[in-house]
Amino acid sequence: MKRFLSGDEALAEGVRLARPNIISAYPITPQTVVVERLSEMVEQGRLNAEYVHVESEHSALSCALGAAATGARTFTATSSQGLLYMAEVLSYAAGGRFPIVMMNANRALALPWNIYGDQRDSLALLDHGWIQLYVQDNQEALDAVLMAYALAEDERVSTPVMINLDGFALTHTYETVDIPETEQADSFLPPYRTKNKFDFKHPVNIGYSAGPEFNRYYKHAAHWDMVDALPVIDEVEKRFAEVFGREYPGALEEYRCADADRIIVTLGSVAGLVRQVVDDLRNKGEKVGMVRLRYMRPFPTERLVEALLGVGAGVVDGSCGADGSCGDGSGAVGGADGDAKGRVPVARSIAVLEKDISFGAEGTVFTNVSSALLQAITRKLPAGTCALRDICNFVGGLGGDDISYEQVQSIFSLLKQRAFIVEDPNAAHVEVSAEASNAASGAANATTYVNLLDPHKKVYFLGIDSLEEGGVR
Amino acid sequence: MSQTEKLAAQTSSANGTTPLSTNPAAPLPPKPLTAKTLPDDEFFFGHKGCAGCGGALVVRQTLKVLGPHAICALPAGCMSAVGFNFPQLSFANNAMITPFAATASVLSGIEAGLRTQGIKPEDCTVVGFAGDGGTADIGLQALSGAIDRNDDILYICYDNEAYMNTGIQKSSLTPFGAKTTTTPAGAHVHGCLTRKKNMFQIVAAHDIPYAATASIGYLNDFIKKVQKAATIHGTRYIHVIAPCPTGWGTREDETIDLAKEVVDCGLWYLAEFEGSQLCGMPGGKFTVNRRPKEFSSVEAYLRRQGRFKQLDENDVQEVIRERDAAWAWLDDLAAGAK
Repeated sequence: MKRFLSGDEALAEGVRLARPNIISAYPITPQTVVVERLSEMVEQGRLNAEYVHVESEHSALSCALGAAATGARTFTATSSQGLLYMAEVLSYAAGGRFPIVMMNANRALALPWNIYGDQRDSLALLDHGWIQLYVQDNQEALDAVLMAYALAEDERVSTPVMINLDGFALTHTYETVDIPETEQADSFLPPYRTKNKFDFKHPVNIGYSAGPEFNRYYKHAAHWDMVDALPVIDEVEKRFAEVFGREYPGALEEYRCADADRIIVTLGSVAGLVRQVVDDLRNKGEKVGMVRLRYMRPFPTERLVEALLGVGAGVVDGSCGADGSCGDGSGAVGGADGDAKGRVPVARSIAVLEKDISFGAEGTVFTNVSSALLQAITRKLPAGTCALRDICNFVGGLGGDDISYEQVQSIFSLLKQRAFIVEDPNAAHVEVSAEASNAASGAANATTYVNLLDPHKKVYFLGIDSLEEGGVR
Repeated sequence: MSQTEKLAAQTSSANGTTPLSTNPAAPLPPKPLTAKTLPDDEFFFGHKGCAGCGGALVVRQTLKVLGPHAICALPAGCMSAVGFNFPQLSFANNAMITPFAATASVLSGIEAGLRTQGIKPEDCTVVGFAGDGGTADIGLQALSGAIDRNDDILYICYDNEAYMNTGIQKSSLTPFGAKTTTTPAGAHVHGCLTRKKNMFQIVAAHDIPYAATASIGYLNDFIKKVQKAATIHGTRYIHVIAPCPTGWGTREDETIDLAKEVVDCGLWYLAEFEGSQLCGMPGGKFTVNRRPKEFSSVEAYLRRQGRFKQLDENDVQEVIRERDAAWAWLDDLAAGAK
């Protein structure tokens, strides 16, 4: 059934279909509509859950924690300061391996007090052991709830999931959303079954303390189980597509990246805008693309490297590689036919566009992306790998600030300019050749390194810093 | 009981038609237990509590009354620190640790989780054990929320009058004049300057179905109150004095004696509150269970504890004045209830 719904309303429909036993939540803008709709559904009998009117976010998640320990399916929702207020409990939920699903409406953090969207709230809590998903539209918000429970409750994963919706841009914006039938949802998401719960026949102590001699084993397991959740995400999405006919691209989405010389990496609703700019520039013959990170935890390091460096691009047909014969310097190179995904080796500049800043450092998404790339270029990559010319960080949308079409255009044109800001003359003409490509640690990368070391060339604040060539302040 | 049934039960009880005071599924009222008839079963043992720990006695005796189907939740504090050391786990019941501020909200979640899945045994009490700081300071908000919702939980505050687990720091239940590591006694200040927050009055002001004060020195009274609380639906609160030899500066074998003496000298009291739904009286009903005709010596009680060593004659007189004022209030309450 198609309906015209806000992101909050779509998400609430997803929760209804997931049939939680317990909903414990505390209102905060712009999450409020979620809890209003859920309260109505409970009152109307459309949702057979108990809505616990807790007196704070800390209690909201704590109540979900207690309920999860009885084997109940639980849901909570929050935003911004509320998320930080319950932050302590996030580590209890993750450490106890309770598959709680939470919606977070991404919103700015005080001070200055601000109710509008940015992603500083959830990104500040990446290290708390929760799976973090960022959706781009309202249909994905609804679908994400069902998939989040399937993922969280998979016994290989047993980890709580936070579904992030951009405040107002998604939570309060209306789109046509297809609401699945209850029977479909039930066939996709069976009732929660777990051994990680109280047992009256064989009582258990759960959530205890563990000293240094044991603690590392818990943390080690939590880390690797989260890493190993990546293929489970794909499994869940495959099953979802079979039941509902909608496909999702896993932990990240590559959009027109195969032969792109410039790529914007971003997350959340702004991906829609970037996609539009990519299409328009492509129509003008520019080779641009986008990577949309859907999951920040587990972080899809390998897939990101593959997407950004086109790892192994063009080697499939053997036309490009060890003999150094591929590439004519035009950018549309010997491997232009590309690999199975149409990838061709080019020299690339990459921008990370995010609604976050880790003060005194850089955007947190940028840190994560940079780390993945650094790890990649320090190992021997296959022939035909794209050379990395440059990577820089664009911070925008803070406190609900608009990220404009023109700004995204400017990011792409700045990437083009920055690609020629090189200090090593040998790298000035980055031939897209096997040498250049192979040399992820070669000349082109030496250039990249120079840029990375210059903070004024690294982090750009949209709406403040000039996006003209070389221009920051 | 579903949420709707729960609401209906509360409403009908307020109309005086359905008493909320008894568990409808219990075939017979439980036999009154005493210290002599308590089961030999142990549900809290092998823990690392200090010798003479009053808090450990609270947990041990409570679980003997509530039995194997009780589910426990404990926040940061002495009892979780001594009872939950993997692999030495000390609860024979289902039990879990909670965030410090979240005893009551985790209890609410446990109760609702069991009930909505239809897997809550009739004799299952969802019980929390939190210290004085975990109750009157950091956990007060969550407790207030649970009472407001009238969630079907039993909250027990074992009051040893300071943050003992972290090494004796002042809480809002530390009495006037007590030396702690954050209220050091010196020439200028003789220990804690604040009075003990009146938790009993605070929870009663919520019109909680049942609240009581107790002392591990009066074990039969405490057992009786736990047993009574177990038969009542809705939120129940028991505040029990539990001396701490380590923090009070007393010998391990004085714990029970001190817990008696603090009642006998009038600095603590044994009382009950039944909410309006339970007793049918607007505003509820207060009962003082023990009214000493003559108080024993406050000074003797204070002087035997290291934490009060520095008090001078004026300080002791101040403590006595406050005791008398507290009893004027208690006597009024008890009289008003009759």
